[in-house]
Amino acid sequence: MQFMLIFNETQADLANSADAQAAPAYWGAWNAYVGALGQAGVIVSGNGLQKPHTATHVQMRGGKRVIHDGPYADTKEHLGGYFIIEVPSLDEALQWAARSPNATTGTTEVRPVMPPPAAS
Amino acid sequence: MSATPADRAVELAARESFGRLVSYLAWQWRDIAAAEDAMGDALVKALEVWPREGVPDAPDAWLLTVAKRQLLQMARHDKVRFDPAVTALLAQDEAHEHSFTIPDARLKLLFVCAHPAIAEEVRIPLMLQTVLGLEVADMAPALLLSPTALAQRLVRAKQKIRSTGLRFEEPEARELPERLQHVLESIYGAFGLSLDAMDGAEARVLDLKDEALYLCSVVCQLLPKSAEARGLLALMTFSQARRAAQIDALGDFVPLGQQDTRLWDRAAIVQADQWLWTAAQQRQSGPFQLEAAVQSAHCHRLFTGQTPWRGIAALYQQINTFYPTQGACVAGAVALAEAGDLAGGLRQLEAMDAGLVKNFQPWWVARAWLLARGGQPTRDLADAAYRTAIGLSTQQKIKDYLERVRAELQG
Repeated sequence: MQFMLIFNETQADLANSADAQAAPAYWGAWNAYVGALGQAGVIVSGNGLQKPHTATHVQMRGGKRVIHDGPYADTKEHLGGYFIIEVPSLDEALQWAARSPNATTGTTEVRPVMPPPAAS
Repeated sequence: MSATPADRAVELAARESFGRLVSYLAWQWRDIAAAEDAMGDALVKALEVWPREGVPDAPDAWLLTVAKRQLLQMARHDKVRFDPAVTALLAQDEAHEHSFTIPDARLKLLFVCAHPAIAEEVRIPLMLQTVLGLEVADMAPALLLSPTALAQRLVRAKQKIRSTGLRFEEPEARELPERLQHVLESIYGAFGLSLDAMDGAEARVLDLKDEALYLCSVVCQLLPKSAEARGLLALMTFSQARRAAQIDALGDFVPLGQQDTRLWDRAAIVQADQWLWTAAQQRQSGPFQLEAAVQSAHCHRLFTGQTPWRGIAALYQQINTFYPTQGACVAGAVALAEAGDLAGGLRQLEAMDAGLVKNFQPWWVARAWLLARGGQPTRDLADAAYRTAIGLSTQQKIKDYLERVRAELQG
């Protein structure tokens, strides 16, 4: 079964990723985690994302475009990256989620991927 | 919550009697789910009535009577096939409901929960729910399962017990050792889960260690001649005795070999040694007594200042010959290396099934530790193994500890 692991990080985690003191530990933890995922052979695909301030939000409202830069102001956690993994069941997906570095401070969401629509 | 004496009596009844009463009802009615529902209703009723009318003299009997009426009603309503013998029993109990003693059916229930026909992963939660009355919402985080999935599995397991008519009986003498082994393994599984949960942030997660110790002491009480049950009780008590030394003043994880023995619970260790000794008198060897002997040897650093690695390695060799598990194989490899045979320890790790160990965090920690001891030539391999071990860890304190050891390796 395929699951998406959605890594939501706190502001503090995001700050750590670019802080001279904290960055080595931050990236070390992620490298170890991604390394373990890779070694287990469960990765289907995945990416880390650039900082939330690089985001652009687009909405179409009544034919009008609403465009908004950066993250929503009062969001506590931000999407930092995602993986699609192939594992036998939700149990294993939760194991991998529990191992993710952001799970300690933020949240890792686990969602089953929709099966492709059956060919008609 | 402002707890009145009556509230507390209900809570006490819930905690102490739930398992006994549910076991008894489930054993009589052959239906765990119905027994739980009926007991749940009885508790709700008690919470209404007792604060108003006072706690009855025999709260257990009161609860049981209400639960049984409930069951009988449900049975009439559902037109469930039920045994005339049960109705007879019911009438009998009603007659002297305040004087009879409730037979302890918990052991029978434990044997049903750990029946080979019940899927292995559901045995632990099934026992905890039926015998101790723990809630799905509390158990799911401890078991790292989704609450919905856990609830579904429990329902399925109970349906299976009902539909296949698994017998609520103590197994016959010849199958007892094997069946008891399943019960004890589940109890130890529950205990192991709580040892994993050491992060401060996880204090909210239900700590299963006390529940596991309690279940095991119930088994020891009900089967006083079982050497393995006593062995397991000793094993868990040894681990428990060292808990205070596992986290230092800074909140960092401290591995067994570096723990300050002054923080160990001496009285508990002496008690566990006694249990292990009593168990040994029965002359029925088994994996839990051997594992307990290993833990006893570790704990003897408290008295002698040294860890008898050769003895520990020999014990693991026995365990791995007769009762092999992944964990014991990894621990045995480390013991071998600590006793002086580094190459032998590494060989033992390498010989394990690669498919099974690739996500097994202890294997990577052991491999890293042994490779690091090999010095310069294997330093890069050790570093890579530490990296994988960190990636496979879920506890922040363990990740931090491994990062520290890894950094020392570089420095």
